[in-house]
Amino acid sequence: MSGREMPNHLPEGLPIPVPELDGLSAPYWNGLRENRLLVQRCSHCDAWQFGPEWICNACHAFDPAWTEIEPCGRIFSWERVWHSSHATLRQHLPYVAVLVEIPHAGSVRMVGNLLGDPLQAVTIGTAVEGCFEHHPGSSPPYSLLQWRVSSPRE
Amino acid sequence: MSKPGDQRTLRGRVAVVGIGETDYYRHGASPDPEFKLALKAILAACKDAGLDPRDIDGFSSYSDDRNDASRLAAALGTHRLRTATMQWGGGGGGCCAAVANAAASIVAGLADCVVVFRALAQGQYGRFGQVSGVETISGEKAYLMPYGVLAPPQRFAMKVQRYMYEHGVSQDAQRAIALASYHHAQANPRAVMHGKPLDREKYDASRWIVEPFHLYDCCMENDGAAALVLVAEERAREFRQKPVFLLGAAIGSGHRSGAIPHNAPHYASAGFDTVAPDLYRMAGLGPCDVGTVQAYENFTGGVVMALAEHGFFEPEQANDFLTLENLIAPSGRLPLNTSGGNLAECYMHGFELVIEAVRQVRGTSTSQGRRNDVAMVIGGPMVTPASNLLLGSEAAL
Repeated sequence: MSGREMPNHLPEGLPIPVPELDGLSAPYWNGLRENRLLVQRCSHCDAWQFGPEWICNACHAFDPAWTEIEPCGRIFSWERVWHSSHATLRQHLPYVAVLVEIPHAGSVRMVGNLLGDPLQAVTIGTAVEGCFEHHPGSSPPYSLLQWRVSSPRE
Repeated sequence: MSKPGDQRTLRGRVAVVGIGETDYYRHGASPDPEFKLALKAILAACKDAGLDPRDIDGFSSYSDDRNDASRLAAALGTHRLRTATMQWGGGGGGCCAAVANAAASIVAGLADCVVVFRALAQGQYGRFGQVSGVETISGEKAYLMPYGVLAPPQRFAMKVQRYMYEHGVSQDAQRAIALASYHHAQANPRAVMHGKPLDREKYDASRWIVEPFHLYDCCMENDGAAALVLVAEERAREFRQKPVFLLGAAIGSGHRSGAIPHNAPHYASAGFDTVAPDLYRMAGLGPCDVGTVQAYENFTGGVVMALAEHGFFEPEQANDFLTLENLIAPSGRLPLNTSGGNLAECYMHGFELVIEAVRQVRGTSTSQGRRNDVAMVIGGPMVTPASNLLLGSEAAL
């Protein structure tokens, strides 16, 4: 049991994600709060898209539909952070951030933290699964999507 | 190849006739406010050229420079303002584009004498490497900051990590770039790291900022200002200094380079896959014609990518090419960052690199390359839009 296996991987106090004033990413952030990972998939040409935009970059149809996907993928790249760029993190070093590629959704990518031992060896290509991390007490409340290495039997 | 008679080229159409810099300081150490630093650099560039500052009729900058062109024109009492250009995009991606935009204004007949500058007092307005006072965040950073991917080191490390994985690039290649900058800074009394040499052991023993970046792979944060004066080719010989001609310039990035967060199709890239060919095409030159390179080091890994994308070596050859011996003036294969650059001279957001390329062509660098007819500047690896320049002597026209 590592002391880092806490409900929230990084401490409270980092910037809180909120949708833009025009609401572009609101379905994504609202989805995370309900344990759902939503990305855009154009209903006209089936192209996947993340981060969201008001138009499909492939066929130019407006308002690509939001589609729920299974939160699993593989590590496309990673970094281990040893120097804090925010006062909140000074006592929480190191930590690992990963860029996860989601092959079953057009290989869109998203950034999260890799849960578990912050000193673990990290290998590009490793299968990972998503974990929803909720911050209900924050103002405003929000949720993140974190990642852990998939267990071999799954 | 572009010819001087072609309509749509900047090749040989404009020249740098003056350069100026303030003293360079550690962040927070400038005795002057940022606007005063801008004025000092501009006046120094005018003095270098032998130009009355009132004859400036345009300003060009980048990265949301705070020192507004109209305020500068009012403060300097310029007779009139005819162009005021800001390159979109953050980071140092615009350090060459600002010169290109000024050149385009002159070639198009909008202005005659344009100052290109960057002033940055990070001690007064905040560092890029620290985040504070941000309660909520939207847009690209919302997908990054809550996970501790806050500042440039964390934003770019994953890109470099992926590039190293795809092409087998070693940590030693990054180290060679850091060592070259520090080596050149020891000859440059302007350099903030002058008198503070770096060797392999010190690099290897330095702490990680974020893997794969050691402390010395990361640029400094500084206070200062730098400026140059650009005029049309027809007037280039009227001034005090040997004119340095623009041979080529290019701006931009490839297909969907700006897809956030970290969703660019060609992810492990410095962003020059389309921009470098444009530069060589305008200049009518290739990598073998380049005498020295000033390549923006936000992080050394970005320089590895940028040099490969400009055709100096294949990515798989990076470990062989990137050695200290190959990167130092006068006799290395490709003298790199000959003033010390962002790592060791001053992080003037890359504009000190443009100034150094001018000095190389003039033959006045403190670490002069063997060839000084053609000098390259590469601005802002891993950001979009990026930009680059080729400068050259009259003989190179």
